[in-house]
Amino acid sequence: MRGDQINLQNIVARSASNAPSPQIRDGGVEEVTKLIDVSRCIGCKACQVACSEWNDLRDEVGECVGVYDNPLDLTPNTWEVMRFNEYEDEQGNLEWLIRKDNCMHCEEPGCLEACPAPGAIVKYANGIVDFNSEHCIGCGYCVAGCPFDIPRISEKDEKAYKCTLCSDRVFHGLEPACVKSCPTGSIMFGTREDMHELAAARTDFLKGRGYEKAGIYDPAGVGGTHVIYVLQHADKPEIYGNLPEDPRISPMVDAWKGVTKPLMSAAVGLAALTGFFHYAIKGPKEEPEDDPDERTATAAVRTDEESASPDSQEGDRP
Amino acid sequence: MTNHWVDIRNANLILSMGGNSAEAHPVGFRWVMEAKYRNNAKLVTVDPRFTRTGAVADFTAEIRTGTDIIFLGGLISHLIETDQIQHEYVRNYTDAALIVREDFGFHDGLFTGFEPVTGTYDKDTWHYEINDEGFARRDDTLQHPRCVYQLMRKHYSRYTLDMVETVCGMPRHKIQRIWDMVAETAVPGQTMTILYALGWTQHSIGSQIIRAAAMVQLLLGNMGMVGGGVNALRGHSNIQGLTDLGLLSNLLPGYMSLAQAEEQDYREYIEKRTREPLLPDEVSYWRHYERFHVSLMKAWFGDAATEANNWCYDWLPKLSEPLYDVLHTFHRMHNGEINGYFCQGFNPLASFPHKAKITESLSKLKYLVVMDPLATETSEFWKNYGEYNPVNPEEIQTEVFSLPTTCFAEEDGAIVNSARWLQWHWAAAPPPGEARPDVEIMAGLFHRLQYMYREEGGAFPDPILNLTWYYRQPAFPGPSELAREYNGWALRDVYDENRNLVCRAGEQLPDFGALRDDGSTSCGCWIFSGSWTEEGNQMARRDNSDPYGIGMTLGWAWAWPVNRRILYNRASARPDGTPWTREKALIWWNGTRWVGADIPDFPKQSPPSAGLGPFIMNQTGRGQLFARDRMAEGPFPEHYEPFESPIGMNPLNPDNPLAKNNPAARVFEEDRENFATFEEFPHAATTYRLTEHFHFWTTHALLNAIMQPEKFVEIGTGLAEELGIERGDRVRVVSKRGHVDAVAVVTKRIRTLQVAGKTVHQVGIPLHWGFKGVAKKAHLTNELTPFVGDANTQTPEFKSFLVRVEKL
Repeated sequence: MRGDQINLQNIVARSASNAPSPQIRDGGVEEVTKLIDVSRCIGCKACQVACSEWNDLRDEVGECVGVYDNPLDLTPNTWEVMRFNEYEDEQGNLEWLIRKDNCMHCEEPGCLEACPAPGAIVKYANGIVDFNSEHCIGCGYCVAGCPFDIPRISEKDEKAYKCTLCSDRVFHGLEPACVKSCPTGSIMFGTREDMHELAAARTDFLKGRGYEKAGIYDPAGVGGTHVIYVLQHADKPEIYGNLPEDPRISPMVDAWKGVTKPLMSAAVGLAALTGFFHYAIKGPKEEPEDDPDERTATAAVRTDEESASPDSQEGDRP
Repeated sequence: MTNHWVDIRNANLILSMGGNSAEAHPVGFRWVMEAKYRNNAKLVTVDPRFTRTGAVADFTAEIRTGTDIIFLGGLISHLIETDQIQHEYVRNYTDAALIVREDFGFHDGLFTGFEPVTGTYDKDTWHYEINDEGFARRDDTLQHPRCVYQLMRKHYSRYTLDMVETVCGMPRHKIQRIWDMVAETAVPGQTMTILYALGWTQHSIGSQIIRAAAMVQLLLGNMGMVGGGVNALRGHSNIQGLTDLGLLSNLLPGYMSLAQAEEQDYREYIEKRTREPLLPDEVSYWRHYERFHVSLMKAWFGDAATEANNWCYDWLPKLSEPLYDVLHTFHRMHNGEINGYFCQGFNPLASFPHKAKITESLSKLKYLVVMDPLATETSEFWKNYGEYNPVNPEEIQTEVFSLPTTCFAEEDGAIVNSARWLQWHWAAAPPPGEARPDVEIMAGLFHRLQYMYREEGGAFPDPILNLTWYYRQPAFPGPSELAREYNGWALRDVYDENRNLVCRAGEQLPDFGALRDDGSTSCGCWIFSGSWTEEGNQMARRDNSDPYGIGMTLGWAWAWPVNRRILYNRASARPDGTPWTREKALIWWNGTRWVGADIPDFPKQSPPSAGLGPFIMNQTGRGQLFARDRMAEGPFPEHYEPFESPIGMNPLNPDNPLAKNNPAARVFEEDRENFATFEEFPHAATTYRLTEHFHFWTTHALLNAIMQPEKFVEIGTGLAEELGIERGDRVRVVSKRGHVDAVAVVTKRIRTLQVAGKTVHQVGIPLHWGFKGVAKKAHLTNELTPFVGDANTQTPEFKSFLVRVEKL
C-alpha cells in the first residue's frame, strides 16, 4: 500500500467505541464527495484497472458468463466493478446503462454501526469511511450492516475489504485513482458542496436533453452518501444494476446495537482474543467460534449474501 | 484525421460510424463528451450493434454490416433533392461545376472501361472534358447534364429511401431522423465531424465508404472547418507513422510511390507524379514531387546520388505487380514462392484472414524471423495447442528465430497520433533481458549484409554498399539521429528565387518549402520536414496555450504538414477571405496575408481575389466529388455486396453478376471456392475489438485478462431464441474456413434486421484471445474470416462475412 499513513487526528467516528474523537483540531477539513455521472460513462473499466493498480490488487482471471461485467462481482480483491444493464423502455427504446459500483461512503455508515471490533471501521472528518484492517476480526457484521452489499471477507486473511475512496491519496491531496483515470469526466471528485453543484448542473443538462426524470442519487436513509450518482432515470434506481431505491441500515443492526451492544462488546473482545490465540496456534480460522450469538449472526449474514448473489450476478439484465 | 482530437469538441454533430469510438478510443473520446457539454452537440452512432459509444449517444441506429455506401449515397441524394447543401461552398470549393467527358458512363452497376478478365478498369473516360489550354471545362450554373453535380445527382437518385431501408435493414424513421440531423449542418455556423475507424476500412469496398463520407462533408461545407472533417481514428498507436513513412510495398516515405516495372525511365516516372493544375493558376502542390524525391535519394544514397545517374533511380526496386500487399504476399508464400519471412511487430497468424491458409503458408517457409516484445501466436504457429492450434510440429520444417524487441515505453522516439501529431516521448524503463530496439536489430542485419556484399560480392551490391549511415555509433542509430534525418538538412547553401538565403549548408531545414531538386537538400520524409529544425526538436514541445480558445495548441508537439492542425483550412473562410461565421473562425485574410488560429493551408500571400481553390493538393484546387482515376472501382462510390452476403444479391444491380461484389477487389481465384453462400451460412458476422484489450498483446497482461478473461460472441435475442441459446451457453461459430468456440453474450443490443424481404441475424465476434498469454485460451477469430481485400488498400474484409452459429 502506498501513502500508507492516514491522519489519525481526523477520525470522527469509530466502530464499537464510545471514546471521544480527537477534538483539538479547529475544523479546516472539508467533506469530500465522488460524483459518478452514469450518463457520461462508457464502461471502459479504466477505473477498475486503476483501482487494482493503486491498491495492489489482483483478482483471479475469471470466466465469461455471457455479460460484459468482469470481474462479475465485488470480491476482496476487486473493490469496484462496472455493472452493465440493458434497459428498454415501454416504447422499445434501448439504453445501455453502465454503473460503477463501489462503496458509497455513507454519512451514517451501516458497516460502522454494525462492526463489533473497536476501531476496525472509522470515519474521517472528510466523510471517508475506511476499514482499518489491523483491527478487523473478520466477523462479517459489516456485510450485514451495509445496505449496498459492498464489503467482502477475504478467505486469505479473514478480514473485510472494500473501496477506501483512496483515503491514502486523498490525505495527500490527490484524487482517488478511479477519478484520475476516467477519460470522459464521468467520475469527478471534490468538496461535497462543489460536487453537488456540479451534479445539479449535469442534471439540468440531462433534463434539457429530454431526460425529464434525471436526478441525483444521494439517499437520505443513510444520511446521504459521499459517493453520489447522476442518473438519467433517478425515479428508477433499480434499473442501474439494482441500486436500492431507499437504502437503510437493517433494523437488525439497530436492534443488535441498542439491546446487546455492551454485552456483545465484551463477548466480541473475548472472541477476538480467542481468535487471536487460535490464529497464532493453528493459522487462520475457518468459522467464528465460541459465541453462539455471533454464529447466528454470521449465519444471517451468509443467508443475506446468498440471496443477494443471484441478483448481483445478473449484471447485464434489463 | 483531417482535423484533430481536441477539435472534435467544436462540432455540433458527431457521426460515429464505421467505428466504435468510445470502445476503441476511450481517451480521445473525451472530446466527444466535451462537445456535448460545451456545444450542446449531438452524438449519433450507426453500427450493426448498439455499442459502448451507443451507451452515451443521443441517437443510435442499427445497420447491416457492409452497407454504409447505400446509407451515405441515400444521404447524398436526400441532401441534393431537399436542397440542403452549402451552396456557396459547393460552387466555389468543389469540382461540382466541372464537366466530365462525354464517353464516361455507368451502366448496370459498372463504370465505363471495365475489363472482366483482369478485374480492372481502363480509367481513361473517368476524366473532365479538357479545353484547348489544357484545363477542365466548367459550368458554374451546375446545369450542364455532364457536370459533376448533375452526374452525382443522377448516380445517387437510385439510392432511394426505400432502397436504403431494404438494403441496410435500418428502420425508415431512423434513417430519416439521422438524415435530418445531418442536414442541419449545411448552414455555415454548424459543423458535423465524422469519426470512423476499421469499421469502414475493413471491407472490400472500404475506401469508397470513406469517399462517400467525404462527399457528404463537401456538400455540407464541413471540410476544412472547425469541428468538421473526415476523421480516421487510427487503430494502432503509431499506424499513422507507419503510413507516413511509407511502410507499404508500393510507397516511399511521405506518400510518394515506387515505380512500376514498366516505368524504367526516370523522367517519365517524375512527370507522371508531377501533377499539373487542371484549372488555371491552381497550386497543385504535388507539382513539387521531384524536390521531395531527389531529397529522399540524397538522404539514402548521399554523394552517390547525382543528376548524372538520375539520383540513383535505377537502384530503386520496380514493382512487377501493382503492389505486394499482405494478402498477395501470403498468397505467394502459400504457393511456395517465398521461403523466408521477417515479421516485425506483427502477428500475422492472429491478424490475417483465414488462419488455416496462413498456417499452411508459414509451414512452407524455410525460415521465419519474428521480432516482437512478446511470444506471439505467429512465433509458435508450429506448436500444438490442442484444439486451439491443432498442428503437428513434426510436419513443419520452418526454422523460427525469435528476436525480442523493446516496447515503446522502453525507448525514446516520436509516435504519430491520428491527428498527425508527432509527439516525442522518453524511455520510461530499461528493456528486460536480451530485448533490443528494432533499430539496433536492423542495424546489425544491415552491417552483416553490407559486409557480405563487400567481401563476397553479389548480383546487385550498389544500393547496399552506398546506403548512407551517418550515425555516431553505427551499431546503435539513435532516435534523435533518425528524426533529424527525416527532417532533412541542407547539403549546400539554399536560396529562394530572389537569391535570399533560406538555409546554410549543414543546417537543419526549416520546412519542406526549402527542399530542392538539384541535390542541395537531403530529407528522409518530406512531410516530416519542420519537426527537427535549427530550433531543435519541435516534437518535444509541451506548450498547451490556446490563444484563440478553440483547442488550437500550436505549441504542443508538432503536426505534419508544417505544424498545421486542420487540413484544407482555407475552406474555413468564405471566398472573400472572411470566416463563414464568427464561431467557426479559423484562418482569415487580413488584407495582406492569411492569419488566424492555425497555420494556413494555402499560399500565405495569395489574396482571395486571385480565386485559388482551398484544396491545394488536388489538381483542381477543389474538393473532388468526382474522384477521376484515383480510385480502383469508380469515380463515384457505388454499393457492392460483401463477398459473403446474407442476401446473396445486390439489390441495386440485381441482374449483373459482375456487379454483385466489388468488381476490382483484391481476390485470388483459388480463394473464391472458400467463400460461402447464405443458404449454408446464414448469419452475417462482423469482428471488432473491446476496450479491455488491444488485439492479442494484452491477453499477456494480467489486469487486462482479469477485465475480460474469456472469448465470447454476441448474438441478438432474436437469433438466440431461434437457436435456443441462453446467455452464458457455449456456442460454436462456423464459417466455410474454420470455427471458433466461445461463450454467448445474448443481447438486445443486436437487433434482427429485415433485409430485402429476408430476416437477417448479425453476429458480433471480438477479435481478441488466442493460444498465448494469461487470459483463457481460445480459437483465433481469424479462423473464420475470408481472404479478400479492398480494391484500393487491399485491407481484408474482416467486417462482413458469413457464419453459422451452433449451440454446443
